[in-house]
Amino acid sequence: MATWKRTRGFWVSVILAFSFFVVVEWLIASGTLNIFYVNTLFFMAINVILAVSLHLIIGITGQFSIGHAGFFAVGAYASAIMTMKLQLPFAAGVLAAGVAAALAGLIIGVPSLRLKGDYLAIATLGFGEIVRIALLNIDYVGGASGMTVTHMTTWPWVFACLFATILVIANFTNSTHGRACISIREDEIAADAMGINTTYYKVAAFVIGSFFAGIAGALYAHHFYIIQPSNFGFLKSFDILIFVVLGGLGSLSGAVVAAVLLTIVSTFLQNYPETRMIIYSIVLILVMLYRPTGLMGTKELSSLFKWRKAAQGGMNHGGKNTVA
Amino acid sequence: MELIQQLVNGISLGSIYALIALGYTMVYGIVRLINFAHGDVFMIGSFVGFYAVTMLGVGFFPALLLAMAACAVLGVVIERIAYKPLRNATRIAVLITAIGVSLLIEYVTIYLRGAQPEAYPSTLLSDRNLELFGVVISSQSLFILGTSLVLMVLLQFIVHRTKIGKAMRAVSHDAEAARLMGINVDNTISATFAIGSALAGAAGVIFGIYYTKIEPLMGILPGLKAFVAAVLGGIGIIPGAMVGGLLLGVIESLVSGLGYSLWRDGVAFVILILILIFRPAGLFGKNVREKV
Repeated sequence: MATWKRTRGFWVSVILAFSFFVVVEWLIASGTLNIFYVNTLFFMAINVILAVSLHLIIGITGQFSIGHAGFFAVGAYASAIMTMKLQLPFAAGVLAAGVAAALAGLIIGVPSLRLKGDYLAIATLGFGEIVRIALLNIDYVGGASGMTVTHMTTWPWVFACLFATILVIANFTNSTHGRACISIREDEIAADAMGINTTYYKVAAFVIGSFFAGIAGALYAHHFYIIQPSNFGFLKSFDILIFVVLGGLGSLSGAVVAAVLLTIVSTFLQNYPETRMIIYSIVLILVMLYRPTGLMGTKELSSLFKWRKAAQGGMNHGGKNTVA
Repeated sequence: MELIQQLVNGISLGSIYALIALGYTMVYGIVRLINFAHGDVFMIGSFVGFYAVTMLGVGFFPALLLAMAACAVLGVVIERIAYKPLRNATRIAVLITAIGVSLLIEYVTIYLRGAQPEAYPSTLLSDRNLELFGVVISSQSLFILGTSLVLMVLLQFIVHRTKIGKAMRAVSHDAEAARLMGINVDNTISATFAIGSALAGAAGVIFGIYYTKIEPLMGILPGLKAFVAAVLGGIGIIPGAMVGGLLLGVIESLVSGLGYSLWRDGVAFVILILILIFRPAGLFGKNVREKV
């Protein structure tokens, strides 16, 4: 009984998430949702995965990384190579995307996580640029003109990836390892003094975050027919960063809400890209000046529905449906 | 001879990086802030110079001075509006604000005048080629180098021989103590932004003459590379920024010369990551232990 009480919220949100999945699947199958809405929905889900994966790195572990589009790009290209060049099934592509991005995260993470704050930010930014320039110069993946990719992303795939991302990261946050990461965010020297292997946890957060960014890349590549290095410049990294910062550094549901809202906003402003960026940047500056913790701070949406003292981290967020 | 030729090109390019890097390094030295908007101040300088030449019909030096003045004002405005309220905020908040300011300047420029590039008038400086021991040196690149050197000497003079320079050094050493000694810290920080931004504006005009093509997003990459140059020399150290800029320019030119010109933009970031791993304090910096 005690276990049920503890995990009740979790199971409720899992059931809610699955009913959301079934409803949307039915709407797509019956043709009620036209292609425009399906596109927006997929794009939203990809952005949520990216936001949540970056949330683990910045919000939970406190490592300021602004090269997330680099991992996104690695995943997109790795999956495209798997499905297009090697003719493997989509599942292999998604897996390869995650693994390739995680490896990239490990390679960049081990040396650069010795750096702190500003220096780490610049190093990750540099890494993102190196990935983009490397992709521009490798003829195997098409150089500047990019690769054409068949459409393979379907709603069950998108939902499964989204669900897995949120589940893994929410549970990671609430585990021993997640606590260690939060302690690094709060005070790295103190965490070190308490016997936490800070380098190990920083790299672990980095690798897990990049794994899911890679998976988002696979979904992206197989949804938009073409991938080009210019899609993965640091403006993309900033986009992802804005989701996390606006939602609240340290709040998983905040990142989800911000990603959903900003995707809707940018869909409406699609024809006015300059206006969109001006609004983005003004919002970013104003939020930092007047509410530097972001919309949610480190709180979770679930804490709004609880009268007891809320736990940190977001266990009961199986899907976006909890946002409504 | 090919090698020396590349070296000469590299020094011209490097002097532009050095000018931008100086602004980064001065601002970082005094408020510990990576001013991401610095690259965009450089872009604005370039456009001010361009419009001064094409619309007002002035020569090189008035255009340069105009661009420097406009950028100095812009730098102070940015500092007062966006950075000053965040003096005591977390580092991440300030960094994100800087990114926001950078995006804002870029896209307001695009909104106001469109994203199309402009060609700098090529008649601004006489372009004659000097041949020296088989190496072709354009009079333009000599002029660029000369202008940058004069500006750097001027900066050294300001920092080491004037009252405001003394105040800047004091604030960067210990802002709290400087305040107790009666130095107006806020004004000193504004002055640092003004000087750094003016140098970026000058670099913008010089860049326009050297590369002829300018556009609203041109500040991003030189801005980032100049930051790499500042880190290479040791951030916060003024001579370090000069040496780092020149070194970076030379390395980039050599890489292009070896036939890897497409990888040129990547080299700066590889250098950055290597220097951060092996010598995070930079070439001129001292390693400081962090105290609890």
